[in-house]
Amino acid sequence: MIRMLLPLIVFGGLLALLIAGLQTAEERKLVQSPLVGKPVPEVTLPALHDPQTTRSTAELVGQPYILNVWGSWCWACRVEHPFIERLGQEAGVPLVGFNWKDEREDALEWLERFGDAWSFHLVDFEGRAAIDLGVYGAPETYLVDHRGIIQHKHIGPIDATVFEDLMRRIMQMRAEAGS
Amino acid sequence: MIAEFGQVSLILALVLAILLGTLPLYGAHRGNETLMRLAPSLVIGHFVFLAAAYVALSAAFLNHDFTISYVALNSNLLLPWYYRLSAVWGGHEGSLLLWMLMLGGWMLAVAAFSRTLPREFVTRVLAVMAIVSIGFLLFTLLTSNPFDRILPGPTDGRDLNPLLQDPGMIFHPPLLYMGYVGFAVAFGFAIAGLLGGKVERDWVRWARPWTLAAWAFLTGGIALGSWWAYYELGWGGWWFWDPVENASFIPWLIGTALLHSQAVTEKRGSFPAWTVLLSIAAFSMSLLGTFLVRSGVLTSVHAFANDPERGLFILMFMAVVTGAALLLYALRAPRIMTGPGFDWMSRETMLLINNVFFTVSAAMVLLGTLYPLIVDFMGWGQISVGPPYFGAMFILLMTPIVILLPLGPFTRWKQDEVMRVIRPLAASAAVAIVLGLIISAALGAWNLRAITGWIGGIWVMAGAIAWVTRQWRSSRSGLALHQWGMTLAHFGVGVFLIGVAMVESMTFERDMRIAPGQTVEAAGYQFTLHEVTQVKGANWRADEARFTVHRNDREIAAMNPQKRLYHRGGQVMTQVALRPGVTRDLYIAMGEELDAESGAWSIRIHVKPFVRWIWGGAALMTLGGLVSASDRRYWRRRRTEAKQARTAEVPA
Repeated sequence: MIRMLLPLIVFGGLLALLIAGLQTAEERKLVQSPLVGKPVPEVTLPALHDPQTTRSTAELVGQPYILNVWGSWCWACRVEHPFIERLGQEAGVPLVGFNWKDEREDALEWLERFGDAWSFHLVDFEGRAAIDLGVYGAPETYLVDHRGIIQHKHIGPIDATVFEDLMRRIMQMRAEAGS
Repeated sequence: MIAEFGQVSLILALVLAILLGTLPLYGAHRGNETLMRLAPSLVIGHFVFLAAAYVALSAAFLNHDFTISYVALNSNLLLPWYYRLSAVWGGHEGSLLLWMLMLGGWMLAVAAFSRTLPREFVTRVLAVMAIVSIGFLLFTLLTSNPFDRILPGPTDGRDLNPLLQDPGMIFHPPLLYMGYVGFAVAFGFAIAGLLGGKVERDWVRWARPWTLAAWAFLTGGIALGSWWAYYELGWGGWWFWDPVENASFIPWLIGTALLHSQAVTEKRGSFPAWTVLLSIAAFSMSLLGTFLVRSGVLTSVHAFANDPERGLFILMFMAVVTGAALLLYALRAPRIMTGPGFDWMSRETMLLINNVFFTVSAAMVLLGTLYPLIVDFMGWGQISVGPPYFGAMFILLMTPIVILLPLGPFTRWKQDEVMRVIRPLAASAAVAIVLGLIISAALGAWNLRAITGWIGGIWVMAGAIAWVTRQWRSSRSGLALHQWGMTLAHFGVGVFLIGVAMVESMTFERDMRIAPGQTVEAAGYQFTLHEVTQVKGANWRADEARFTVHRNDREIAAMNPQKRLYHRGGQVMTQVALRPGVTRDLYIAMGEELDAESGAWSIRIHVKPFVRWIWGGAALMTLGGLVSASDRRYWRRRRTEAKQARTAEVPA
């Protein structure tokens, strides 16, 4: 009888795990990225304003910076935009835009309309570099420290709580870079 | 109006499913003929109303009824009619409707083709399947109604995800669901057997063609998905060990084990309890797959709109269905644990080994898929398990299967001698080793993976041929359909193995910078870019590159990869240019324009040897499953058996 119950017991364990997993699904999604704690992949991409030139993540090594994935088509990017502007003013580190799967004209028009708070933009029209970066969707915000390690990643729009959290982490990264 | 019609149809289907899941079941319990006789009509009604709901949603798509939010989210005015029809299952709600329609279809088929089975048994099978249907209908109506309105409706819809606007995607989900849902039949048979109390070999035989058909559909569906990912995602891979892929692969592995254990239970009566357990597991894993895809519990490249609420519902449903099934198993299985013994060298042992390895593989994939959850649960930080884990484990687990596969059919039931089994295969083994080495050398594929792949693949194919030849000679009537089916499927395994080994070890893959007028060299092919132009489609426009490909100064292909921009949603999609071939695929995907002045682009070029063999092998397996399922042996013997059962015990 006990032996016959074994499948049921195993199934019970599986069920418990899945229920627990479901409870924390939201939180896990926020932090889960295989790339956190790893060096940011070196991506070289055309710049947005001047498509003739290319910019690379390599040129930023040595200082902490923020990488923000956005697109003019992305509705949630508009929602988080006020906080992006605050990041640009208050963080004191470069704020790199990662313009994802967008059209150049649309992107420029969008910036014209809502304001360009970023230091500069990398353009990934096709989304291939985004795969290397492990982008799930826009908006997404990465914090990269002065050694080029991705310290943190936030998936989804930035709100007031997330903003506080990001600022705290940025200050810590700046302190580490300074020492 | 049409939406309300669909909605009412769904509710009526639910009512009929509830009736079907209760009254005839009670009738079967009490031996009440009148109640049992209700089942077939209820099954027909249930199917008709599901079909009506499905047609209603399709009509809404065809007529651009954007007041239905599901339509507005998954279609638009520019979408061609065939994609509007396939858009019905392009999102979560509609794909559930398809799922249920198929369940209704399987139930109808069971009712139609099982007239010769004992009435109590069929009634129980249908009732169990109806209970499954109740769960899904409630799920749809309560959490994921495809007929929800938004008023006033938008003037145009948001468009179907461009990734899904593809012929491969039209057929992939229906086939996959046919497989998933088909396991509900085997599940129904197992539960009906347990409920009946006296589980016997009969119901295993009755369940076999259904299981084979479901397995064949699942194989085809997975292969089609893999093929689609290969050319549509533009990554050039054919399998990513993504949670959603794994969700379909786990039921496949369990289903494969189930097919083989059913063979033993039917022919010899050994391990019946194990067969029951696998039947329950195969369907439970299909439910788990549904849960993983739709709950957002794991992050994946192609999950549906994620919603923990929905996840909780499926989880609870799975708890009830699988929990009840396993409880019933615990109560009833001790009474069916009988089976004749067998020698260590016997067909039973061979199939037992098959079962052990396939079940362990399924457990391994399940563990790898859920590992991020486990690690998180235990507080060990956050880790995800990548392809290296799966790849290594799979080579380890599948090697014994490949070595032993050709021996299986040659081995006799109950008892055999090692030499008698090996002798007829000595030639196959010699051919495999010699030919494998020669081909690897000739192709320049001189590495361990390619060589073992060729040897293993030829070994399996030669073994299948050797078996057919021997059967052909020894029996006057030739081979039965189910034997042909088995041989085809096993031969397909060999083809598949070669494809995998070659692709994994010999793929050429590089990003190159190329301007119009330039030629680049890749794996012996010269790719020349002539120009990049603008082209227009129904709901997109694109940059198109014009390539010609030469080999040995002979033009072999003109290839035109595109980068498409879809008007609605503004999504950019890579349309890969593919030149398929039996021994290699040429593959060009456009990257970025690097320099507007010279018109240079970054271009990704792949040369993939033998990649078609992967899907060719899978197609052979699918065909084998269908051929086996169509063997009249399973159907004919039922009738004679029904007569004989009253008089005497039938020898196997």
